Amino acid sequence: MTSAARRRTAASTGASVAPSRTVSAAGAAHLRRAAWARRLPLLPALIFLVVTTQIPFLATLVVSLTSWNALYPDQRGFAGLENFREVFADAELRSSLVTTVVLTVTVALVSLVLGLVLALLLDRSFRGRGIVRTMLIAPYLVVPVAAALLWKHALLNPQYGLVNGALTWIWGLFGSSAPPQPAWLAENPLLSVEATLVWQWTPFMMLILLSGLQSKPTDALEAAGIDGAGPWQTFRYVLFPHLRQYMELGALLGSIYIVQNFDAVYTLTAGGLGTANLPYSIYRTFFQAQDYGLASAMGVLVVIGTILIATFALRVVSSLLREEINR
Amino acid sequence: MTASLDRPLRARTTGMRRSSAERARAGGRRRVTGALLTVAAWGAASLFFLPVLWMVLTTFHAEPDAATNPPSVAAPLTLENYASFFSSNPWPPILNSISASVGSTVLVIALALPAAYALAIKPVRRWTDVLFFALSTKFLPVVVGLLPLYLFATTTGLQDNIAMLVLLYTSMNLPIALWMLQRFLAEIPKEMLEAAELDGAGLATTLRSVIAPVALPGIAATSLICLIFSWNELLLARTLTATVAGTAPVFLTSFLTSQGLFLAQMCTAAFVISLPVLLAGFVAQDKLVQGLSMGAVK
Repeated sequence: MTSAARRRTAASTGASVAPSRTVSAAGAAHLRRAAWARRLPLLPALIFLVVTTQIPFLATLVVSLTSWNALYPDQRGFAGLENFREVFADAELRSSLVTTVVLTVTVALVSLVLGLVLALLLDRSFRGRGIVRTMLIAPYLVVPVAAALLWKHALLNPQYGLVNGALTWIWGLFGSSAPPQPAWLAENPLLSVEATLVWQWTPFMMLILLSGLQSKPTDALEAAGIDGAGPWQTFRYVLFPHLRQYMELGALLGSIYIVQNFDAVYTLTAGGLGTANLPYSIYRTFFQAQDYGLASAMGVLVVIGTILIATFALRVVSSLLREEINR
Repeated sequence: MTASLDRPLRARTTGMRRSSAERARAGGRRRVTGALLTVAAWGAASLFFLPVLWMVLTTFHAEPDAATNPPSVAAPLTLENYASFFSSNPWPPILNSISASVGSTVLVIALALPAAYALAIKPVRRWTDVLFFALSTKFLPVVVGLLPLYLFATTTGLQDNIAMLVLLYTSMNLPIALWMLQRFLAEIPKEMLEAAELDGAGLATTLRSVIAPVALPGIAATSLICLIFSWNELLLARTLTATVAGTAPVFLTSFLTSQGLFLAQMCTAAFVISLPVLLAGFVAQDKLVQGLSMGAVK
């Protein structure tokens, strides 16, 4: 651009500066108001969430850096990272970390696979389909602590539980008076907890996948049929990709709740025999050992771990939020 | 309907070249497969339902008949467990549970609905970040904030107070409600909103005549799920309540320790406390299906 041209441009903008500035100022104010009008409905919910979740978390963060055991109130003070060192040094706490991962992954995966099978079974019309679905939803609708009690006492109890009772009955049919009577909770504590949780979470996964099947791409399935694709190929290349988002959603939501499971561990085994997961260990450190500093450090580590994994899961692996961005 | 959907089609397209005998054989095979799948569905459902059925049956058995090995399925039925459960005065905790779950659900919807509107219908910039933040608060295990909440409650006198539970259950369910409602509201066709705008409809009219009809089932589904989660909650209720504000799940655990273990009575208490959720869930199955999948992932 020549200097003359630049001057001309400057002059022309200069000429229109006064009116355009007032217009743009009014426009900007209007835009700002519009932007606030859009943001305003969001604020109560966000402020509420920040106050009720972030402030307690910050407090936990501060406590995690202090030495604070309610049983020794005079020894309270700044501890630096001492609590964190203790978490990693404690074999019991390390094992509860492993338990949490094993429990969550096992329960989420098994119930997802079972839920998929059940959803596929229910995605065809047959006699009594409504009743079958109602029966399958029931475990998810039993209050979790009630379900844990039911499994502990009515099903898995070695003397009079239904499972061992059924074994006695079946063995009796064949004339045997020496049926196996395992003490399920004592012999396979983690498996018992997992079985209870799988029983509760499979219906949840089934419900999510069932609604995925309801919106399946009928035309693509028909096309696959016409092209001569077998049931397996149809499932693998048409239905499975469609269900993927639903499976991700089920796995994500299920994991969020299963990671935090307290009721089943607390009720079934009281954290004994290697079933203590992190929420239970934290609970125990708070309310039995009353070591507030140590419990808070465990909590902080749990949060860091879950946020890292969940961010990775949601942002990188999952397509749940990605598609929405294109809206 | 994977199998049965493509098969009739394939049979139709290739059937022209098949003899009628072949076709009959294929049809027979299909019927057998269908029958097997039906049996499998019924079998799986029975297996999953058995513990619930057993719980219900046990509530009608006298204590000695409940704890037998092998199980006494045909033992005489009685209502004495219900009489004894209700004579233990379970009403205060049940009423506490009702107040806590209904109160927090109302609050959740009141907070989440405007926010979901801002995220779905007139999306703010970077709205996925907002949604992600809200959801990320769910990654924060409840137990992590428990100590500060406990200390807060004891210093402010909110310990053993239902109001504290209402606030915390709201915080617990708000992210999920926000996500679900955002999905439900995003289902509303943009064309309908634009048409309403062109017709000069105000916000109130748009809300009433365009948004409400689509959103109401979604709001119902969201409320139902919030109600269930609050009704089920144990950890916070156990830690933050004592004698006055204890909820039904807390009552269930303390009921057992105070009574010792009576299997039939335990099943009765567990069943009665699960009953509202069971009934609500059975009645609203379709809504539950829809709600759990966040108004269908698109």
